Amino acid sequence: MTEKITVALAGNPNVGKTSIFNAITGSKQHVGNWPGVTVERKMGKRVHNDVEMEIVDLPGTYSLTAYSLDEIIARDFIIEEKPHIVIQVIDATNLERNLYLTTQLMELGAKLVIALNMTDLALAKGDSIDISKMQEYLEVPVISTVGSRGGGIEGLLDAVTDELRKTRPTENIFTYDAGIEKRSGEIETILNSDPYFAHYPARWFSMKLLEGDESIIKKAVESDRYPEIREVLDKTDAYSLESRIADQRYRTIQTMLRQVCNINTNRLSGSDMVDRVVTNKYLGIPIFLSFMWAAFELTFSFATPFMNMIDVFFGWLAEAAANAISIPWLASLVGEGIIAGVGSVVIFLPNILLLFFMISLMEDSGYMARAAFIMDKVMSRTGLHGKSFIPLVMGFGCNVPAIMATRTIEDSRDRLVTILVAPFISCGARLPVYVLLAGTFFGRDAGLVIFGLYALGILVALLSARLMRSTVIRGEDTPFIMELPSYKLPTLKGSAIHMWERGKIYLKKAGSIILVGVVGVWLLASIPAPGSGGTFASGEIYGTTNSVIGFTGQLIEPLVAPLGFDWRIAVALVFGVVAKEIVVGSMGVLYGAGEDEESLSNILAAGAMTPLAGLGLMVFTLLYVPCFACIGVIKRETGSWKWTLFQLLYGTTLAWMLAFLVFQVGSRTGLLA
Amino acid sequence: MNKRTLDQIEPDNSVKVLKVTGRKSSRKRILDMGLTPGTRVDVIRRAPLGDPVEFRLKGYNLSLRKREAETILVEFVGST
Repeated sequence: MTEKITVALAGNPNVGKTSIFNAITGSKQHVGNWPGVTVERKMGKRVHNDVEMEIVDLPGTYSLTAYSLDEIIARDFIIEEKPHIVIQVIDATNLERNLYLTTQLMELGAKLVIALNMTDLALAKGDSIDISKMQEYLEVPVISTVGSRGGGIEGLLDAVTDELRKTRPTENIFTYDAGIEKRSGEIETILNSDPYFAHYPARWFSMKLLEGDESIIKKAVESDRYPEIREVLDKTDAYSLESRIADQRYRTIQTMLRQVCNINTNRLSGSDMVDRVVTNKYLGIPIFLSFMWAAFELTFSFATPFMNMIDVFFGWLAEAAANAISIPWLASLVGEGIIAGVGSVVIFLPNILLLFFMISLMEDSGYMARAAFIMDKVMSRTGLHGKSFIPLVMGFGCNVPAIMATRTIEDSRDRLVTILVAPFISCGARLPVYVLLAGTFFGRDAGLVIFGLYALGILVALLSARLMRSTVIRGEDTPFIMELPSYKLPTLKGSAIHMWERGKIYLKKAGSIILVGVVGVWLLASIPAPGSGGTFASGEIYGTTNSVIGFTGQLIEPLVAPLGFDWRIAVALVFGVVAKEIVVGSMGVLYGAGEDEESLSNILAAGAMTPLAGLGLMVFTLLYVPCFACIGVIKRETGSWKWTLFQLLYGTTLAWMLAFLVFQVGSRTGLLA
Repeated sequence: MNKRTLDQIEPDNSVKVLKVTGRKSSRKRILDMGLTPGTRVDVIRRAPLGDPVEFRLKGYNLSLRKREAETILVEFVGST
């Protein structure tokens, strides 16, 4: 019988926690979300010394206060789930700040094992660390590891199973000044006498009360003994205590470090030299923009042949399947519905894999933080964080990977706003619509009009971010307190795992929503309209006025008439939700031009549509409901249908208003008439 | 007149933290990151657009917006 235990993996961001996690669990990983929130939760299994360990990767945090969602998740997991062992991964080149978290994990009463990671880099830097002394001082096992090469993992797991056999809980070695200890002692006495608090480590709970931690005070208020606690707290000054407690934790760490290691303070490491160039006043922005350009080109140009291959393959498969099936409606469902639907999911895979490979390189190397550092000034005007810049830029290629790329933004509110405004960035699939309409109506000025649409998309995204940040997603701007970690060489394995994970999530979670949407539209286009007498899924009715979709298009025509659109445009826009470029193809069919874009252009120019309505239609296409793939990832990434619907309604309302403005103001003033 | 706020210090100078003020949540984070009273901080550089600013303390590099740096009262130590 193997024993089953839970092991939590804690640590600061950028300490190589992911590489330790990968080294322990190998490919046996499961990625999901923490219940009710959009913070990613990774779990994995490993059997070692006959013990089956479930490894839970906690969010990377610097501390365990209640000010960020990540910190609340990490500390609640340790308090509520009581993992058997907590492994804290520590960056050996950055001991002082890393050990600050250690002090809090110890106060939480966690059974701790320390993985002293990147010891190779510390050694190279000229630091010497006496691990056995450190172990003695902290009274917890300290194991040297090199996560990127999988070094020290066996020893780390041995320490975990050894620690399991020990009954002595880690004694708290961190003490504070007499004043704090006295008050803490008084509170602990009260806590220990009330079973309501039995669930929490008394020492930790009392320290949090003294620090004025709001969520802990809220818990305490519910106890009958709260008046007594309040009495003690009233004798103290939480404001100064907060600073004193942090200060004394750091002092204890400094005292210990003086005894256990010798840190080479001779500066100007390789990282500093790189930063002198990369974040240079004059070179910083050009270098950043060329990196962005390279990442963009690689993601979207390099993916194009693969996407074409996927497109051709599914086109062939759909036709072959349709030909092989003799029942017409079934052939249409399989060919135009299901296979085309699966194709529309798979087609984005090359983009997503390549983009995440690139993002992973940027993150693992440490450049991502520099990018945020460089662009923060621009983004802060919209109430967002420098890290929101990269996902938005990627949106010019495709909004789907762009929305998935918001995972690099730590603050959940900033991330939500970025997801909600990302679809306004004009993606590649909208371009065919602009090319057709701008080419038809604006001739030589077509380029200018298209440029204007891209600019409009950026403007709407940034203004909407500002608006949402001060209305529906309010809350004070997140303070910008960001570490600039030392540069590291990313590993191919780490980036490949990251890329594969994202691809899997996309296919599994977003794929199903996309497929349902695509098949749904096929159904609407195939079911005969009431009283039309057509045959279900026959070629004659597909998408025409004799189908439900065409019928509905005529019904909703009054809604779009003020924009200068007729029912055909309404139907084309519904098809456009499958994929934006389909707007062009659908218009071709509906205006009787077939697949030929030139004859469609001639029909439109001959009076089927006014230039104003054409301009309005481009604006509408830019802003209304994004494609099913995009809706799928918005749902997947926000974890909420409410926010997904909000995005759809907000965008469509805005699209309607702006197209209305274009058409009405234009017709009244006689512009473009 | 050695007391200033951290945002007023030019790059290539060093200071010692005296006090962190400001809103509760950002103050706590700043303290957690090691900007406790007495800590020596080197001002490294401003971002190309002037904000945020990069600092070095406790052997690592940290960036703060001027808005956050304004809440940190410091004492001038010297140039690096």
